[in-house]
Amino acid sequence: MKGVLSRLGLRTIALLYLAVILVGPLAVVFWRTFEDGVAPAWDALTTPETIHAFKLTLIITAIAVPVNTVFGIVCALAIVRKRFRGKGLLNAFIDLPLALSPVVVGLALFLLYGENGWFGGWLNEHGIQVLFALPSMVIATIFVSLPFVAREVVPTLREIGDEQEQAARTLGANGWQTFWRITLPSIRWALIYGVILTTARCLGEYGAVAVVSGRLQGQTETATLRVQERYEAFDLAGAYAISILLALVAILVLVAMTVIRPKEETA
Amino acid sequence: MPASSVGHMPSGMRPRCVLGLLGFRQPGGNELTVMTTVALSRPRRSSAPRDRASTALSLGFVTTFLMVMVGLPLAALVWEATSDGTQSFWDTVSSPEAVAALKLTVGASLAVSALNAVLGTITAWVLVRDEFRGKTIVNAIIDLPFALPTIVAGLTLLALYGPTSPVGIDVAFTRTSIVLALMFVTLPFVVRTVQPVLQELDPELEEAARSLGASNPTTFRRIVFPNIVPGILSGVALAFAKAVGEFGSLVIITGNVPFKTEVSSVHIYGRIESGDSAGAAAVAVVLLGISFLTLLSIGAIRHYATRHDR
Repeated sequence: MKGVLSRLGLRTIALLYLAVILVGPLAVVFWRTFEDGVAPAWDALTTPETIHAFKLTLIITAIAVPVNTVFGIVCALAIVRKRFRGKGLLNAFIDLPLALSPVVVGLALFLLYGENGWFGGWLNEHGIQVLFALPSMVIATIFVSLPFVAREVVPTLREIGDEQEQAARTLGANGWQTFWRITLPSIRWALIYGVILTTARCLGEYGAVAVVSGRLQGQTETATLRVQERYEAFDLAGAYAISILLALVAILVLVAMTVIRPKEETA
Repeated sequence: MPASSVGHMPSGMRPRCVLGLLGFRQPGGNELTVMTTVALSRPRRSSAPRDRASTALSLGFVTTFLMVMVGLPLAALVWEATSDGTQSFWDTVSSPEAVAALKLTVGASLAVSALNAVLGTITAWVLVRDEFRGKTIVNAIIDLPFALPTIVAGLTLLALYGPTSPVGIDVAFTRTSIVLALMFVTLPFVVRTVQPVLQELDPELEEAARSLGASNPTTFRRIVFPNIVPGILSGVALAFAKAVGEFGSLVIITGNVPFKTEVSSVHIYGRIESGDSAGAAAVAVVLLGISFLTLLSIGAIRHYATRHDR
């Protein structure tokens, strides 16, 4: 009896905690957005600036995710399969974007590519606009979402071992063939998982992009920056509508994660 | 080979690697399971020229990429912060507003880390040991703060706990709102580091302790807790790192009042906006230092946990 009571007590605490912090606030935003039906939300989403913001977010994500996927795979293979000095340092370096404030990331890029920055002068001379333009926003997004693929693939690579790869090599397969036929299929779920995490991080990035983009409306404004802009313009309905769309994407990500997680674990 | 039952961790951290126990190092440098090592003794391959070439190529790519993407910007940051001499760096960092922001940031992050340690552990326990309807959904929404853009998190918190709150709770632009926002964004960390460890922990251990007359609290303190401490600590450290650097969710809900609700990341942003990039860089270097220290401590915890695994 006592066991049942404490079990129920703990369950109540856990569920209440999640309700107060997570579910409650989201439910209120859903309710406020659709209070007057779907039409106002739809109107807020289809303004040219908002559409442009979403397009920009998608373009940045479409560049950053493949770059980080390739980097993540090569990096994971190097960490698990190669022997070299300074592996610990490499490991620490990859984790850094996870622990760093996005604003600090943005500022660092700002200082590197800005007018008075190390690369600023050269870029200016050659008429290449990096800061307050797409390139810096892509770089910032790559920076903050850098570790996810590598971090997901590393444990799986460790787990599968390298006997199969060795066997393939012994049978005459070259490096590429071994990678495509043996390594990639066995890490695929971990890889997909990592790609999903990277995508979510790219779509939601705010702080770093806020610093390097200059937040020019209709030019360098991403979806998350647009939320902020709408809020500051006292257009709460607009801010809510964009938020809801981003939240729906986040929920899709959760569904994908829930489907893939068991596959990754049994792979 | 036993599955290491690794749950998803946003950080990609898996506190216990079962394979670390099974595999061991061969002179050739590859990890093999005990069985295969017995079955075949592989010739050393690491000295093959083709292997060396591919090692050099992949290492070159990884290092160059990291240097250009991460190393150079951070070097530029440190350079800018210290280019006017250490005196000017120190003056900026020790200015009243910067100190107030830093104190608030670290204080709120510590408070949130402590809250996470307790509530996150309870949540992880409930997700592993308890059975109820809808547990799969509850388990899935734990990752929501990770998938949701932080600016949206701030806005949603404001909707429930702001001036237009339907339940009449208005904590907007107060320090409570900082704690609330940080609790939202750090929620998954402790849950996701403790959960897999609890899953691996045999419930029979707890039952044995109970059948020998130990009460629930005693069982937890003597059996469960010592096993999950490394998980809790690494989760707390990750949550702390995330909280110290958090920006997006705080921008809207805290109102950014200097000396009252302005945290360091927002303080840095303010300095950038007003054109004081050297000052912004100085404060940013302090945050960078905190991030480094937190990462180091996570590494130490991980090291300790694997050494005492078994």
